[in-house]
Amino acid sequence: MALAQETVVLHGHIIDSLILAKVLDTILMMGGTFDLSEVRIGVTRGEPSRARILVRASSPAVLTDILDAIQPHGASIERESDCTVEAAPADGILPEGFYATTHLPTQIRLQGRWLDVEAIEMDVAVRVDRGLAAARAVPMGDVRKGEWIATGRDGIRVLPLERPQERDVFGFMEAQVSSERPHGHIIVDIARRMQSLRDARAAGQGAGDVLLAGGPAIIHAGGREALAWLIEAGFIHVLFCGNALAAHDMEAHLFGTSLGYGLTAGRAVPHGHEHHLRTINRIRAIGGIEEAVRAGVITEGIMAACVRRGVRVVLAGTIRDDGPLPGVITDSVKAQAAMRAALPGVGLALLVASTLHSVATGNLLPATVPTVCVDVNPAVPTKLADRGSFQAVGLVMDAASFLRELARELGWKA
Amino acid sequence: MEGMSRLLVCPPDYFSIDYEINPWMRMSNRVDPDRARAQWHELMNVLGSQAGAVLERLAPVPGLPDMVFTANAGVVVGRRAVPSRFRHPERRREEPYFEAWFQSHGYEVTRLEEGLYFEGAGDLLGVPESPQPLWFGGYRQRSEMRAYTRLGDLFECEIIPVELVDGRFYHLDTCFCPLSGGDLLYYPPAFDRYARVVIEDRVCEARRLVVAEMEALRFACNAVCIGRHVALPAGCPQTVQLLQEHGYETHAVALDEFMKAGGSAKCLTLALD
Repeated sequence: MALAQETVVLHGHIIDSLILAKVLDTILMMGGTFDLSEVRIGVTRGEPSRARILVRASSPAVLTDILDAIQPHGASIERESDCTVEAAPADGILPEGFYATTHLPTQIRLQGRWLDVEAIEMDVAVRVDRGLAAARAVPMGDVRKGEWIATGRDGIRVLPLERPQERDVFGFMEAQVSSERPHGHIIVDIARRMQSLRDARAAGQGAGDVLLAGGPAIIHAGGREALAWLIEAGFIHVLFCGNALAAHDMEAHLFGTSLGYGLTAGRAVPHGHEHHLRTINRIRAIGGIEEAVRAGVITEGIMAACVRRGVRVVLAGTIRDDGPLPGVITDSVKAQAAMRAALPGVGLALLVASTLHSVATGNLLPATVPTVCVDVNPAVPTKLADRGSFQAVGLVMDAASFLRELARELGWKA
Repeated sequence: MEGMSRLLVCPPDYFSIDYEINPWMRMSNRVDPDRARAQWHELMNVLGSQAGAVLERLAPVPGLPDMVFTANAGVVVGRRAVPSRFRHPERRREEPYFEAWFQSHGYEVTRLEEGLYFEGAGDLLGVPESPQPLWFGGYRQRSEMRAYTRLGDLFECEIIPVELVDGRFYHLDTCFCPLSGGDLLYYPPAFDRYARVVIEDRVCEARRLVVAEMEALRFACNAVCIGRHVALPAGCPQTVQLLQEHGYETHAVALDEFMKAGGSAKCLTLALD
């Protein structure tokens, strides 16, 4: 269902005359919706008032009908101007008045036509191609001297999210963060989404990859088998994590511990704290994770499943990393670029038990991607929402419980 | 005591039905020129001699049959005049003559942009005796809502746009007549429900003189009020009684020749300040 919208302006004695009320009633009666983006009411009776109304309709045809009906009442379509562009003054420097994006679908107007901004994400700029025929979100650091960057606010519009057809937890499109609410139905909804995305992929239709960004608590808390199963079963297609998740996953395989704790006994094992270092060292000696899996050194677990299933993995390093493992990207700007490159096609994002990777991923995701943020600490989903990823559904629960319940919902027998 | 009323009028020398631009006009329904002239002179007699108005005459122009309806010349506020921008091309040819008259009589003329329809005092009527300047502007049939936004800014006064929903009452002055005592003579079904609510909000019930349908269709509301005198078309006894009950001195004038073109007493005059 294509959404169409137009901004109209009403000016004059529109309040006491009920003209504004009539226009708004007309919009609703004809099946449209509106946002009053600005209302300025005259202080005295003689002083005119002014209203800017964003009119929305389910299709361009309905919108045209509504506009035809309200124009006789004085509603005039706002004179729109093209978006202004300025050349970037140097590599990595945006022009002073650059437009800073949100992660909502965004359009800019060039030569009288509205164009979608491609690959939208929050807190970046918009680069316009020389032919004025395309626009794309661009991070500050990627801009090159002389490239055209959208500036100001004229000729730029942000479109609201459409309510999805599915009447599941994502339909509310709002961050629900509470440890007080039942989780069961949310996990059922997520599982249903993942099932239908996998079915669609199997039928060769749609771009519905599932992304999981996770922290090592998944291993510590006992969610490793469930996650490995989800990957083997083809439910997860992109994995964002750090050195730790990969290291502890393989430590568990090689030593049966996670950061030195026996995963089955739940006790610290003598010299167990060395296990992850020995694991990293072994993988470094072999040359890489993929090589270790192919050589039969690592035969089960999350990383083995990723290699076997061709999951796109981005390992992003941090300053506290040991090793790190081969393949961990230690330049955070490069890591961000690698994550960005892995995003096209993602139709659902699960951010599990990692403040760092959850927020980093949330920053890169357009608002149109349904997102779930799972953490035992309510501050994490809250932080994500506060940083603008309002579409993320927050689940306050233990990572292992979440993954196990989700996997069981999808057929895992354990 | 208010100042002398001045009215712009135009003799019906070339008045006829040459086209059909409202539901009242029928080309087949020919005007009787002698009767029309007599009726017009009778109205002038009532307005000039009996009600005491000063009549300014505009020279009629051959080929412009509706120039007799000077209410549509424009609107005059103080020394400022805004000439009409007619919706129908048939009447657009009158515009230069009205404008020239305003110019030559010392008015400061403000022209509205081309294509912004506004048919003068036929659609824009001031309410006397209101504490602050208040006007009502009819729109949808002839004038456009947007014109009142412009005029409200220009005159720095409140103009309440009211939607006209019945094609037979195509100008505000065919269904709405503010009277000098603060009363309002009007026909509510000519307005949409929002406009009816607004009118009721602005004019208290005791001041609203509602005209019956039969007499509204004889253009009882197309009346000229000068002081306590009200000149209105003949054949509206209920309205006459209503006006008299409210202390007005009524003058019923036969104007049926002009009804053939969809106009009556008020349409034949333009109030000049």
